[in-house]
Amino acid sequence: MTLLAVERIKLFSTRSPYWCSALALVLGVGLTAIIAASTDNGQLSLGATQFGSSQLALSVVLVMAALAVTTEYRFSTIRATFLAVPNRTSALVAKTVVVAFIAALLGEIIAFGSVGIAKVLSPASDLAITTSDEWRHVAGVGLLYGIGAIIAIAVGILVRQTAGAVAILLVWNMLLEGLIGIIPKAGVKIQAWLPFMNANHFLQLGGGDPAESPGAGVDFKFSQWGSLAYFAAIAVAMLVVALIVAKRRDA
Amino acid sequence: MIEAVRLQKHYGKTKAVDDLSFTVRPGRVTGFLGPNGAGKSTTMRMILGLDTPTGGDVKIDGKHYVELKQPLRKVGALLDAKWVHPNRSARSHLKWLAVSNKIPVSRVNEVLEVVGLTEVAHKNAGGFSLGMSQRLGIAGALLGDPEVLLFDEPVNGLDPEGILWIRQFMHRLASEGRTVFVSSHLLSEMAQTAQDLIVIGKGQLIAQTTTEQFIADATQDTVRVRSPHAAKLREILAAHATVTDDSASGSLVVQGITAQQIGELAAESQVVLHELSPQRGSLEEAFMQLTKESVEYHAH
Repeated sequence: MTLLAVERIKLFSTRSPYWCSALALVLGVGLTAIIAASTDNGQLSLGATQFGSSQLALSVVLVMAALAVTTEYRFSTIRATFLAVPNRTSALVAKTVVVAFIAALLGEIIAFGSVGIAKVLSPASDLAITTSDEWRHVAGVGLLYGIGAIIAIAVGILVRQTAGAVAILLVWNMLLEGLIGIIPKAGVKIQAWLPFMNANHFLQLGGGDPAESPGAGVDFKFSQWGSLAYFAAIAVAMLVVALIVAKRRDA
Repeated sequence: MIEAVRLQKHYGKTKAVDDLSFTVRPGRVTGFLGPNGAGKSTTMRMILGLDTPTGGDVKIDGKHYVELKQPLRKVGALLDAKWVHPNRSARSHLKWLAVSNKIPVSRVNEVLEVVGLTEVAHKNAGGFSLGMSQRLGIAGALLGDPEVLLFDEPVNGLDPEGILWIRQFMHRLASEGRTVFVSSHLLSEMAQTAQDLIVIGKGQLIAQTTTEQFIADATQDTVRVRSPHAAKLREILAAHATVTDDSASGSLVVQGITAQQIGELAAESQVVLHELSPQRGSLEEAFMQLTKESVEYHAH
């Protein structure tokens, strides 16, 4: 608990988490507002309210999580941290827990905020969250952010530089996994095993036009909750590798 | 007490620290002296568990740093004053350090007072001058009221007032019975600060002794003698001391006997002297002489 308090103080005594949170909120909810405003009243689907949260805002949250680690290396406060808490694993796990929790909370705010603003701008559309699939689609965004934050922290620990970590995360999440689908035949088979593809699979709403959703045409090997578990397992595996490296490396 | 036994740190083929053994005793300021690149900072990082030694061992009161439960209560360290997030206030920086070792948060204000940063406690550390950053670093080191204190080049870049403050401060800490270990590449600075010295060069131990003894051993007094009968004088003096020619000025440099003795010897043999001046070896010269072999980067 002590270490969680330490990481909370560290995170909230600098400005970047506030800026990143505000930016994620504006981008996520803002995109939904634009979509809602440009769709005929009554035609907006619940699925369309989460484009912003599950794509655009996610990237900002990944950057925020990576920054929580890379700035510590940038300013060598990681050394001050390891002097205060020589057990590097517990120090870094505490940081991961705090950042992942905040990311998850932010995800819920953005997801439900998006639904909220869509309801205001497109009051005639049916945007009620009633079925368990619909709840998963909206509330699941928070889980996605939390697990995504773990991946971002693992990358941050391994790379130690802001520019490198951010580039890896953005290219991976926004470009690479989608581009792999271009590879003839093998592409979609590989995509079925990619973490962010599985994350999006988890969020998918049943019904609607499947060709429109990300990961269309991919034959996923897991159920939707299975995909989330797979995404989480990869995140934890990456974190474990990062923790082992951090423990062995000279600080 | 800090005890290093056959400590080694190799980076590939470079031996940054090579078979280094020493003991730092409590109640005294111990200087850690060596030219730049001698391995001082690397050794300090190994003491603090930041770097893993390639071989050997270093313990603080019989324990590895990483085994300490609340290390800031046992060991305070200032390795680099810039290890602070520039957008975090001085108080927030000290607050998270305090919380991490269950040190009462009220202690933060106390140490800020001690180092004289109370007025700027709410300001971001990024805007601090080097002197203020050093003070903040020292505040962090004092936070847990530790028995052992390590400072790496604490006076680097400080103005004379700051240097004096740090020097007096370290003496006070040592007089309270604490172990104070402070590194520097300047012997003249250490001569005024440290009671004991551990001198290293190229990662190896050159000397571990009291500062007084080190200076006495290292600085050898010589006497400069000039005479129109230099050849005769040299013959006379050579029987009693080491004589070398200083061809530039045409004088003799005598080592091993005093100016008084030289004068008497010259008088006995009726040799005229034009100059007879005792020369005091400077600390820096002596130090350079000692570490000459072990300086890593030479200017040519």
